Amino acid sequence: MAVKAKKTARKSNTIKLKFDTSWSYDPAPESKSAASIKPKYDHFINGAWVKPAGGKYFDSINPANEEKLSEVADGNEADVNKAVSAARNAYEQTWQKMPAKERAKYIFRIARMVQEKARELAIIETLDGGKPIRESRDFDVPTAANHFFYYAGWADKLEYAFPNRKTSALGVAGQIIPWNFPLLMAAWKIAPALATGNTVVLKPAETTPLTALKLAEIIQESDLPPGVVNIITGAGATGADIVNHPDINKIAFTGSTDVGKLIQRAVAGTNKRVTLELGGKAANIIFEDAPLDQAVEGVINGIYFNQGHVCCAGSRLYVQESVAKQVIRKLKDRMETLIVGDPLDKNTDIGAINSRQQLDTIQRYIKIGKQEGAEMYESSCRLPGKGFFCRPTLFTNVAQSNRIAQEEIFGPVLSVLTFRTDDEVIEKANNSPYGLSAGVWTDKGSKIFNLTKRMRAGVVWANTFNKFDPTSPFGGYKESGFGREGGFAWVIALCEFN
Amino acid sequence: MEKTIKKSSLSISNNGLEKKPAAKRLEVLKTYKIYIGGQFPRTESGRYYIPVNAAGEKLANVCLCSRKDFRDAVVSARGAFSGWSGRAAFNRSQILYRMAEMLEGRKAQFIEELMKQDSTKSKAEKEVNLAIDRLIYYAGWCDKFQQLFSAVNPVASSHFNFSVPEPTGVVAIIAPQQDSLLGLVSVMAPVIAGGNTCIILASETKPLCAVTLAEVLHSSDLPGGVVNILTGKPAELQSWMADHMDVNATIYCENNSEVQQLIQQKSAQNLKRVFLCRKELGKP
Repeated sequence: MAVKAKKTARKSNTIKLKFDTSWSYDPAPESKSAASIKPKYDHFINGAWVKPAGGKYFDSINPANEEKLSEVADGNEADVNKAVSAARNAYEQTWQKMPAKERAKYIFRIARMVQEKARELAIIETLDGGKPIRESRDFDVPTAANHFFYYAGWADKLEYAFPNRKTSALGVAGQIIPWNFPLLMAAWKIAPALATGNTVVLKPAETTPLTALKLAEIIQESDLPPGVVNIITGAGATGADIVNHPDINKIAFTGSTDVGKLIQRAVAGTNKRVTLELGGKAANIIFEDAPLDQAVEGVINGIYFNQGHVCCAGSRLYVQESVAKQVIRKLKDRMETLIVGDPLDKNTDIGAINSRQQLDTIQRYIKIGKQEGAEMYESSCRLPGKGFFCRPTLFTNVAQSNRIAQEEIFGPVLSVLTFRTDDEVIEKANNSPYGLSAGVWTDKGSKIFNLTKRMRAGVVWANTFNKFDPTSPFGGYKESGFGREGGFAWVIALCEFN
Repeated sequence: MEKTIKKSSLSISNNGLEKKPAAKRLEVLKTYKIYIGGQFPRTESGRYYIPVNAAGEKLANVCLCSRKDFRDAVVSARGAFSGWSGRAAFNRSQILYRMAEMLEGRKAQFIEELMKQDSTKSKAEKEVNLAIDRLIYYAGWCDKFQQLFSAVNPVASSHFNFSVPEPTGVVAIIAPQQDSLLGLVSVMAPVIAGGNTCIILASETKPLCAVTLAEVLHSSDLPGGVVNILTGKPAELQSWMADHMDVNATIYCENNSEVQQLIQQKSAQNLKRVFLCRKELGKP
């Protein structure tokens, strides 16, 4: 009898989770009318809109329906020269001389204006990048505003950050940002640079330039002295022009590890300072004593947040063997409930893949995963007919050496692996060229501290995942890059100690 | 060199038999070895070079380390990393202090070696004293830097969020070339105080103190592999040091801009952190 009871108990642990999947949601689209997008954008240089020297523009499309949203200037070397000299001039003539408390007030002002225009920014972010409106509205835009707000206050407090050390700004900062969190990354880079007294030349990614250009409008409206922030658009070649410009003092790059390596090589032999925030293949670890339902929510958030276009995405799941079956069952059930579709719909969980190219990359990896012998499972959801979409996918039966367990996919694809002991999982989790982030799910505090200490990752989340805050430093170990952004660690990277 | 030894040993044996006036005692020469994984091998390559001082005297048959020696050293540095970084900061502090004690006890030997390598008595004394004091300075840092640079971050969500500095990993160091002891101690001490392990290529022209320092480290309870000391030519090894995929950071202290560039470029292979030290660091 007892045996039988036990059996049923175990069985009931793996029964289908009741998420009321039969419930269907009516469309709840956010209105496009709350946002205005100009048909054409020039570079933002020296406080004004400047036509590209080469006269060329390229389209920015909505990845959810492949329709053109606007066209933006294609920057070349001449444009970069113009922007850098504007930034240099602003640094020497105004920004460096301005009392720190006044600098702070400008940054506070920008923070406020981002908040005032939050709805518009969120809509444009979603249109341009494909992320669900819920995420751009509740995460990207507010966090961007928070970054300006947090760093504004640092401007006149640097002397307290480093007692007995006099700091000064570096000069002109060249900043190149990715397409996964366009506005947030712009804020993440610009706010601390301004607070520490540097001026900026920023290039947003070619697929998602629009919110950065809206930010340029805000900067213009804030009366920030001309040239303090310059925003130029273009693809990789424009980025290379920034990296190679001799009058730039600091390069801050967020993007792929491959490009990060190119940048480190390119700045070799120069006096440029560099911080690189690159790729990752985060291990998310579930121990048998973890609250499994919460852990499953965390894993789902860890890998499917922003379509998996997250450098710190929890793309390797390590589950303790004793609960693996249960967790995988629960994961699959939960995946079924994820709503994939129109990013502007407030119910959507997973929006559009950022570009055709990225969708191809993800599909290539899914193929590789199958070829390597891993078992694929994908949600049965219907995909929209137009646009770039990918079903939430997971692989079980994955070997540590499989490419889908080693390489960054940057899409909604989870690799599930199992382990038995703490030591084993630490060894496996650390066995990666990357080291950006990790997650631990357990009820035991001692386990959390043991793992956080031994995990070679810049950020370790315990019983949560993908939490960001301007006060919290962020950055990688090993091939995930160097330098820390966030908190006052970022201030260090932007100051010269005299 | 070998010839000299044979000659003098002959004259000793003659002494006893022929009852000539008592001869000077034959000095026992030291074989300068390298230090890998807590052991003192010669280079696996069997090669040597003979650095010469300003007076033209040969210093020793110093190991001319190979790429393979460096790779072996990386293996032991990596092996020692988890143990060393896992030690209590207080314990690391004690070990660094112990190094200073051991160095103090061997002062005379280091002064003698420094003088052999073109230093004057007073300069040599000053250099050794500074090296000892620097070890003590960094011994004190072991359990303080973390406190200074850690933070509980006031995040806006209902989470407890803290950040602490952690060691980078395995560090490849090309020691300052112009001095034998102080430069090396100055780059080594902060690296191991922070819980990293390292491979140090000693000054090419003044390698004697590096080897003797290994003996000091060896008697300071420093676990084998935490510091590995090689001798040889930076021109031969620097590109391998910056290239190696299991090294996390490189330190280079000279002002040669070509080499700086080479090291930065090669380091991009696996995104090593590169530290180009300011020149004054190595100066006594």
